[in-house]
Amino acid sequence: MTPDFAQSYVYVVALAIVGVGFVFATLGISRLLQLRHPYAEKLSPYECGVEPLIGDSWSPFSVRYYIYALLFVIFDVEAVFVYPWALIFRSLGKTGFAEMMIFIAVLLFGLLYAWAKGALEWQ
Amino acid sequence: MQNEPDLRLEEMVLNMGPQHPSAHGVLRLVLHLDGEMIVSVDPSIGYLHRGFEKLAENRTYLQFFSMLSRLDYLAGFFMEWTYVRCIEGLMEIGPPPRAEYLRVIAGELNRIISHHMAIGDYLLNLGAVTPVLWTFRDREDVLDLLEMLTGQRMMYNYARVGGVRYDLPDGFEEQCRKFLRRFPVMIDEYEQLITGNEIFLARSLGMGVITAEQALDYGLSGPNLRASGVAMDLRRHDPYSAYPELDFDIPTGASGDSFDRYKCRIEELRQSVRIIEQALDALPGGPVNMRIPPMLRPPAGAIYRAVETGRGEWGNYLVSDGSLRPYRLKMRDSCFVALSTMPKILPGHNIADVVGIAGSLDLIMGAVDR
Amino acid sequence: MSWGLSFVIHLIAALVIGLAVPALSALVFPFAVRRLSGFMSDRLGPNRVGPAGFFQPIADFLKLLLKEDVAPLKADRRLFRLAPAIAFITPVLAVSVIPFSKGFTIANLNVGLVFIVAFSSFTVLGILLAGWASHNKYSLLGGLRSVAQMVSYEIPMILNIIIIAMLVGSLSLNDVVGAQGKIWFIAVQPLAFLVFIVAGMAELNRTPFDLPEAESELVAGYLTEYSGMRFGFFYGLVEWGNASIWALTGATLFLGGWRGPFAGNPGWLILKVLVLAFAVIWFFATFPRLQVDQLMNFAWKVLIPLSLVNLGVTGLLIILLPNSFLPPVAAFSWASVITIILLMGPVLRKALLRKRLKLNPGTELGTSQS
Repeated sequence: MTPDFAQSYVYVVALAIVGVGFVFATLGISRLLQLRHPYAEKLSPYECGVEPLIGDSWSPFSVRYYIYALLFVIFDVEAVFVYPWALIFRSLGKTGFAEMMIFIAVLLFGLLYAWAKGALEWQ
Repeated sequence: MQNEPDLRLEEMVLNMGPQHPSAHGVLRLVLHLDGEMIVSVDPSIGYLHRGFEKLAENRTYLQFFSMLSRLDYLAGFFMEWTYVRCIEGLMEIGPPPRAEYLRVIAGELNRIISHHMAIGDYLLNLGAVTPVLWTFRDREDVLDLLEMLTGQRMMYNYARVGGVRYDLPDGFEEQCRKFLRRFPVMIDEYEQLITGNEIFLARSLGMGVITAEQALDYGLSGPNLRASGVAMDLRRHDPYSAYPELDFDIPTGASGDSFDRYKCRIEELRQSVRIIEQALDALPGGPVNMRIPPMLRPPAGAIYRAVETGRGEWGNYLVSDGSLRPYRLKMRDSCFVALSTMPKILPGHNIADVVGIAGSLDLIMGAVDR
Repeated sequence: MSWGLSFVIHLIAALVIGLAVPALSALVFPFAVRRLSGFMSDRLGPNRVGPAGFFQPIADFLKLLLKEDVAPLKADRRLFRLAPAIAFITPVLAVSVIPFSKGFTIANLNVGLVFIVAFSSFTVLGILLAGWASHNKYSLLGGLRSVAQMVSYEIPMILNIIIIAMLVGSLSLNDVVGAQGKIWFIAVQPLAFLVFIVAGMAELNRTPFDLPEAESELVAGYLTEYSGMRFGFFYGLVEWGNASIWALTGATLFLGGWRGPFAGNPGWLILKVLVLAFAVIWFFATFPRLQVDQLMNFAWKVLIPLSLVNLGVTGLLIILLPNSFLPPVAAFSWASVITIILLMGPVLRKALLRKRLKLNPGTELGTSQS
């Protein structure tokens, strides 16, 4: 099957809807079939068999994860630029290639800077 | 990232245990976390407390026997051995030589299964699933041997005051030698899978370092102490039973990190094989038991006897008032000591290292919470 | 046949295939993992339900279907229920751009590679929601770890997909397979394949990068509060569905897709998927788990620079030799792979030993005997 362009996206959207629908349908069937006996202990969060201690789990959390997220955003945006370039860089020739390499070098420099600054150190 | 004091975020308090996949029974650690990094650790014990020391005071010497292997349930024979050594010491009797050799054989087989569990569980804590099953495959063979020897796979109840319960059964020696021939190959197999693996090295080298000084200050013993470079082994330095007649090395580490603790245990497996082989070769004839009065009344007095178990020094301090029951029985356990080092060595490590280092210390809560 | 009818038939076929791939992977892969890792660790694995235990996943599915799915009272219940559905979008949608055979693609998009990368992020979102909504510290840690890990390893993944796009000059997966008529890209770019495998393991949260659900540390990570069929969706359909997607993508990008001797057909693709899935299981049975800081360092300090260099050199060679760039690219890639394999172990060991030496001066690898 080689459907045309618009038709492909119809399939994709239909799959997304059916996929999510499948999850909820299965969970609905499961809900009908299962026995439910909720009680306070069962509904309390699991913390190794004792009452959750001091501190809420929804609390300000270590910043290290977010540094990685920030770095990721930078590189992800880079990827968005590189994708179209990768398709046509042959026709762009040496100048186009050099331009992209400079762009990547700047990014790499940014990574090295973050590295040198210790942003990649966990502790 | 420099951690400025005013930038410090709220500490997270995380309960690890008692119901946790790698809590070694029911160990509970209250971790104070900064992100994934541990700020402080607060071990909390007592979830398996059964009051052994008090129970001993309410039972006759012989009645208490069956409870002993329930302390360190992974290598129960050492507890029985220590206890009978105390009573024999008070009564000033010594078992026949054959019985001493049989005790050594049972003890070393127990050391093997104890280390099997320690190595396998440590690797399981690090996330490797295969080593634990390989060690359990071979542990099964040792348990079969112990079952032949003692009739039990876990709660042996094999030691007796003045000897051991049974003589060697038929076919034991043959099967044991077969195992001893095969086992060194298996140890090499563990090492091929584990020791050279860079991920394992990254997870164990320099992790949970206990220096020799710290180890001695805390009173560590067993492989945990020897990994720090202190060649201290009761079998050599307070010789008992048939050990003076047997030749073996004491493997020591140098840096006292998780890797050295693991490596010491691997080497001790090899030494145990050597010891059992020699003990089988040199096994003297004669009785395995001696007549003792049915109502055991050790003379009044106090005595401390210790045995080198797979986990270190297991000691009993027994006070007798000359009656049927112990006046006081105090047990000294090496796991408790190892556990008490955790608040010192864990801060600065990651959450992942909590279970890793706990695994390398080889804690067994049955012995910690007596 | 009218256009409308053919469209409906195509649509139904597309829906069936889209749902069948994750569903079949959820049935086949858990079985394969248990049996194969069972054989690797000298045990049998589940072998009771059906021939050789093949129906075990079905039995598990029925059990999960009948189990109560508990949603903790304090949890954000709406997000808690939404999370599996969001995560499930990835395996369902990513299938649609995979060419199963010549001209047999559900949706032949000209941006297929971008499409896969874009929709693989839905799993990250689902896992983050699951971890956050559970209102549980283990879940939160698991979810945060997972997101940090998956976004970090997504970059080398993307960069290596771009390298393939550069070799082909198109983002359509059909064109990628079309370009591998003479030679598979694994032979041209083994370095990219290697990085693809490593980053894939991290994206899939498989050993040795299974930190988000590190059983021995975080209980079950982001899955801790999930039970019943919601757990089934995460564990079975999403995780193994994603493993399928990863293997399908890998087979398409590097192993020639549906191409094979005799006639190219979906059978070859399935065979290649199984080979890649075997690698996943093999890693699972072999490796311990990395630590979270080591994991991040590996992505940012090794894989990303390596991928960028690979991308630069590959681009340069294509620009300089527009007509015969394959041999030099292959030469560069193979040379790098061999260098990495030869140097990585020793270099890593040296670095680890240096770190250990800094912690406790005067120590060396290995144990001494006394």
